Amino acid sequence: MRRIPFYAAVIAISIAFLAPVISFMINAFAYRWFYPQLVPKEWSLQAWVRLKLIPRPGDRTFESFIDLWTGVPDVISALWLSLAIGTLVTGTSVIIGLPAARALGLYRFRGKKIVEFMIIAPTIVPPIAFSLGLNINFIRWDMALMNAGIPIDLAGSVFGVSLVHLVPVMPYVVLTLSGVFANYDADYEAQARSLGAPPWRIFWDVTLPAILPGLFVAALFAFLVSWSQYLLTFLIGQGRVVTLPALLFSAAGSGNNAMIAAISLVFIAPAILILLVTSRYLSGESSAAGGFGRV
Amino acid sequence: MKWERIRIAVMLAPTLLVISILFFGSLLYGFLQSLGYNPNIGATDINFDAYLRVMFSEEFSGRFWSGLTLSLWVAFCSTFVSAAIAIFVALLLRRTFFGKKLAVFFFQLNLPIPHLVIAVGMIMLFSQSGLVSRMLGELGLVTSPRDFPALTKDAYGIGIILAYIWKEVAFFGIIVLAILQSLGEDYEAVAQSLGANRWQRFRTVTLPLIMPGLMSASIIVFAFTFGSYEVPRILGVGYPKMLPVMSLDFFLNPDLNARAEGMALSMIIAFIVLVLIFIYMYITARTVRKD
Repeated sequence: MRRIPFYAAVIAISIAFLAPVISFMINAFAYRWFYPQLVPKEWSLQAWVRLKLIPRPGDRTFESFIDLWTGVPDVISALWLSLAIGTLVTGTSVIIGLPAARALGLYRFRGKKIVEFMIIAPTIVPPIAFSLGLNINFIRWDMALMNAGIPIDLAGSVFGVSLVHLVPVMPYVVLTLSGVFANYDADYEAQARSLGAPPWRIFWDVTLPAILPGLFVAALFAFLVSWSQYLLTFLIGQGRVVTLPALLFSAAGSGNNAMIAAISLVFIAPAILILLVTSRYLSGESSAAGGFGRV
Repeated sequence: MKWERIRIAVMLAPTLLVISILFFGSLLYGFLQSLGYNPNIGATDINFDAYLRVMFSEEFSGRFWSGLTLSLWVAFCSTFVSAAIAIFVALLLRRTFFGKKLAVFFFQLNLPIPHLVIAVGMIMLFSQSGLVSRMLGELGLVTSPRDFPALTKDAYGIGIILAYIWKEVAFFGIIVLAILQSLGEDYEAVAQSLGANRWQRFRTVTLPLIMPGLMSASIIVFAFTFGSYEVPRILGVGYPKMLPVMSLDFFLNPDLNARAEGMALSMIIAFIVLVLIFIYMYITARTVRKD
């Protein structure tokens, strides 16, 4: 009988944790939801129609969906842009971070503490402290590039935004992967080498399979950290790089709860998917879990 | 040996280059600008005017100190309350029971959801016509939205604290739960056999065991909630403003002279966070030595 209060507590707590997601689900589909009603009496897809994600009622054929989506509504273009930046940042950070993680995980060398400190620093210092200087630096560098005849824009461009996302992302990639390399036995590589394998074969057939699970988790975290960036995107993108968080932020001021909730649901869907995939790696001891602290 | 050192340097170079240029370079440039160094408008003298203006001038000091107080209050409440709730829930969820996997999943659910989204969720839950207000209405405790206290966009930062609690309980939660499960319940069983009651077991056995993990998580959460921008921007009011919001407002002010003040504020935020971390490291180093 002692189980009953226990389960009551667990269920109450679970509902509390779910509350934000529940509120999005109700708000996104509510219609004429007058005040004291706890559950709306009328439901509707109006918010989704206004966001051009679902065709108008009476015209919900396959073709009209295709027509609507190929017109690239704001939410879809923001979704693509967020996905593109996230993928680009993840790929770049893994390529740049992998050698550094290997050096930190496998070797002891003078100055290692300083290197580790430098890599951790961006996770401790509040983003506002470096993003203001970065904003001005990018504008200065753009002027220098223009004077040098190189037509690359950093400020206000997708390229510039992707570049600065590396700052919050790199620490987690390097820390997670250096943890992987700390438990990695480099002798297997020596064996492959003695058998005459060229370096790329060694990497492809020996190193990569051994670090793959850790690499996978690091990549997902990198994606998630980039996915949820708002401040850096806003300051560096100068309002011209409209990712999903930027879109949600401008919608948040509108007061239209149904639309805000619908955008939120689109925004959190990949995040929850990533949680489902990674939850078994979440020991809390791993530095990867720290990645969530910054989302 | 020399070759190995060069190899290591080459392996580290790309990462350190990115962080040095984009992070440390920007931090340094922001610091220089906060000191009034701005060659674009012909200012090359270095001084602390912007800091003094932000903290002590008649124009800004009221806003600054109220903002600092609010920031400290929000960071402290968010950290402390989230840690307490997380410990309670982790103690509940560590036993084996039917549906545990699902409960732990819900426990972690808000972990990957961005702070921005949770902040928006708080408006839907706790605004005067939000879900909680409606729930109380259903129970007959309130009759109109105006009876429900303004918990979002309020002067005490309640909405901001609530948003952080929702997020950070999950963050503390996985850390505490992981420690508890790796320790098992043997120590507590010993204490119980020696006659310790529930509270004594928690106070003298469990809490000291989870304390190191809890403290480092607390520092991360405190630093984050003190210095982050999105949540107070969405859930905060015009006065008092949390420091990061104030900093960005100064920075985006069309009057370019306000930029130095914005920079100075952002440096003050970073400085406070770093001082707190050094205090923490000093305390832990001392306690470790004592043991």
